[in-house]
Amino acid sequence: MTTLIILSLLGVFVLAEGILKKKSWQLPTIFLGLLISLFATIGSWNSNAHFYNEMLIIDNFAVAFTALLIFITFLIFMFAGIYYAAVQRSLDDIFAIMIFALVGCVIMTSFGNLIMLFIGIETLSISLYVLAGSHKEAITSNEATLKYFLLGSFLSCFLLFGIVLIYTGSGSFNLAVIAQYTANNTNHLSPLFQAGLFLMITGMAFKIAIVPFHFWAPDVYEGTPTLLTAFMATVVKTASIIALYRLFVCGFPAIHETWETLLWIMAVLTIIVGNFTGLYQPNFKRMLAYSSISHSGYMILAVIAFNSRTANALLFYSAAYSIASVTAFGILILIRGTKGNDQFSSFKGMAKTNPLEALCLTIALLSLTGIPPLAGFMGKYYLFMAALEKGYLWLVILAVLGSAVSVGYYFKPIITMYLKEGNGEKFVTTISYKTAIIFLSILTVILGILPFLMMDLL
Amino acid sequence: MITFTQNLQIIPINFYLVFCAILFCIGVTGVLIKRNALTILMSIELMINSVNLLLAAFSAYMNDPAGQIFVFFIMVVAAAEVAIGLSIIVVIYRTTGSIDIDVLNKLKW
Repeated sequence: MTTLIILSLLGVFVLAEGILKKKSWQLPTIFLGLLISLFATIGSWNSNAHFYNEMLIIDNFAVAFTALLIFITFLIFMFAGIYYAAVQRSLDDIFAIMIFALVGCVIMTSFGNLIMLFIGIETLSISLYVLAGSHKEAITSNEATLKYFLLGSFLSCFLLFGIVLIYTGSGSFNLAVIAQYTANNTNHLSPLFQAGLFLMITGMAFKIAIVPFHFWAPDVYEGTPTLLTAFMATVVKTASIIALYRLFVCGFPAIHETWETLLWIMAVLTIIVGNFTGLYQPNFKRMLAYSSISHSGYMILAVIAFNSRTANALLFYSAAYSIASVTAFGILILIRGTKGNDQFSSFKGMAKTNPLEALCLTIALLSLTGIPPLAGFMGKYYLFMAALEKGYLWLVILAVLGSAVSVGYYFKPIITMYLKEGNGEKFVTTISYKTAIIFLSILTVILGILPFLMMDLL
Repeated sequence: MITFTQNLQIIPINFYLVFCAILFCIGVTGVLIKRNALTILMSIELMINSVNLLLAAFSAYMNDPAGQIFVFFIMVVAAAEVAIGLSIIVVIYRTTGSIDIDVLNKLKW
């Protein structure tokens, strides 16, 4: 609760700095505010507080994921100064809306009531519609925002209809009461309730971008300004998966046979379609979009195979995925800033001119593939072990084959960087940029070598 | 004395359910077949309002005020969504001179 208040005030404060024309104060204020809210979140560990009639439940699950989301937002803001270096006008609106989107994510991690789930998702989505179109002179950004807005609000209506049908079946919006209802009526659920369940799965699947509701993601990710794409692919994706996990594990654990088959099929389709389509992408940004789709397929495994340890596996996996993705997007910002495009040919000769950046990108992509000493491997290991314990052998086999396919596109930039000769043009970087990517790469390596730092938390 | 809720229960709940489902389907059809961004926005509003009506009817039948409170939340969210949607359409009109969704085909596979 304190976190929510601090973050909302931070957003308002950043807007006020825009009015007072203090452009140079904005980023320091944001870093300070995010750090304060991070410490406030960690301070509420083990408090298990319930607010406003169980509207918000701050249990350890919520605290851990809120802290993770705030930390990833902090990492993304480290690249904000470089990305917007050439922009003259004050950027208070974009930064404030990013923070308000983070508020929506925080609500999605800690809701105890379907009303709060809807409010959280809409706070997040409405902020994202604005962010996707924030480069309003570019027609690609316009197109991305219109597509995202029309499809997003269309599918939100399905989510809403699902919530209402679940309300009519169970008589309450409270997750605990709904869980009680499903436990008592496992074999004779009202048909309205079942219809509502499937409509809710549709709505949530769209927000996470899992197949067959993924078609918007590559277009929107490509048109959106790169810094905000990084935000959408990491923070927003993690928050949506957590909302799905919390909804199904807290709300409908008694009827898991009803929904797990559907999610099983969706997870397999997501892994296959995401990885195979990723092979044919012409540029790096679209490739990262398909990579994020296939990774959401792996994260769905945690929802299907829920037991006492999947929450922690999901926490580790989303941390590993987000840190590696932020690194890749950071390098993408550099390449787009220098070369003006993100074709794979722009990576030529990067290992000669910028060995440090090339090494960091390699570490990030290897971690996304799941190569042993790095964080991505340990994340996949814990998730697959949790799924195997529940007996999902075929699902795990398909997921492992999917990661094998993903080598095909993750290695494309690496091979181009190290083996192709470029024209010797050097990418100009600053000290703060170098510090940021080195910090991210060290985190990836440390999490891979010492995974127990983040295990056994939940 | 007949209270408001009893008055409302003269019409069976299934009628409300079918009526709202039909309204929702009209909205879905509108989104799927229309090419004009404004018409699509209006269809989405129709879907949201059909949900609101259903929610209000059910909460009156079940004597539970939570549903009606949620209607207010949905109205606020819908208002914010329309404000954003209209401004997006204005931006699109300024760059392309049209609000037909078929002109937006720059990003594709």
